[in-house]
Amino acid sequence: MAMMERIPAAGLIQKFPGGKFFLASSEAVLKWGKASSLWPMTFGLACCAIEMIATGASRFDIDRFGAGVFRASPRQCDVLIVAGTICVKMSDCVRRLYAQMPEPKYVMAMGNCAISGGIFYHDTYSVVKGTEALGIPVDVYIPGCPPRPENLLLGLMKLQEKILNEENANNRNI
Amino acid sequence: MLTTEIFDLLKAKFPRIAKEEGTSAVIIPKELLLEFGRFIKDAPLIFDDLHCVTAIDKKEKIDLVYIFYSNPLQHSLTLKIYLGPEDPKVESLAAIWKSANWLERETYDLFGVTFLNHPDPRRILNPYDWKGYPLRKNYSAPNFIAKPKL
Repeated sequence: MAMMERIPAAGLIQKFPGGKFFLASSEAVLKWGKASSLWPMTFGLACCAIEMIATGASRFDIDRFGAGVFRASPRQCDVLIVAGTICVKMSDCVRRLYAQMPEPKYVMAMGNCAISGGIFYHDTYSVVKGTEALGIPVDVYIPGCPPRPENLLLGLMKLQEKILNEENANNRNI
Repeated sequence: MLTTEIFDLLKAKFPRIAKEEGTSAVIIPKELLLEFGRFIKDAPLIFDDLHCVTAIDKKEKIDLVYIFYSNPLQHSLTLKIYLGPEDPKVESLAAIWKSANWLERETYDLFGVTFLNHPDPRRILNPYDWKGYPLRKNYSAPNFIAKPKL
């Protein structure tokens, strides 16, 4: 419940005295459930993926935030962490993976390459200039080259905040 | 075997080969390539490993570079073929060294050197519908943004 106190929308959830019951709108409970159980995809593109793997392992442990179930299929995922450089040849694959994810789906652009092309912005013919250049909407940008695991965890917390405060959560226009 | 010994042995067999100035590379005319390849694969030289095929774009010509290594005798050989920049073509070595297959596909993909009688002459690194050869000096891509001079 510590997370709920941090989030303004969680104020919609009220505990009864004694703590055995609570009263809330179903939307607030649904949002709280979605934010607390994000399933990222097992998908890495470059060196940022190494940091993502470290974040998943015991030292940093992304599971503490309810996002530790890395799935090997896009059809079982909520979050696409674009971890690394998107090459032109790989871009079709990224686009197809995103299309295969069921709604509601969220995208985190991890690292400078996934944000804008990063150090490969200039003088390169083979690199896509960021995730949004592919037409994939990004929810959270995590700068760094590569970002440290703490940065990825902060990005995840930002995403959870975004989900909890989302207006009209069931009709996201993508 | 020393590089000079290898060169003397090759010169006796193929009088038309030459040594490149400034390097230890051996230059051969391109029509000799298959015969030359079969010769150095067997005794006495036993170059059983072809571990690099690449090219250098020098604008007026394209240098095709092969690097061979002999595991039993532990000596190596750099081979060069000079090709014209317009539509360079050369025989494939994939029938003699299996490693040539992908290395030649890479050279085709990035430099546009066509390998005749190659078993699988597709691109390898770039998408199959890619236009142009990126490591040529005159290449330009539509999404290419040059670095501004500071």
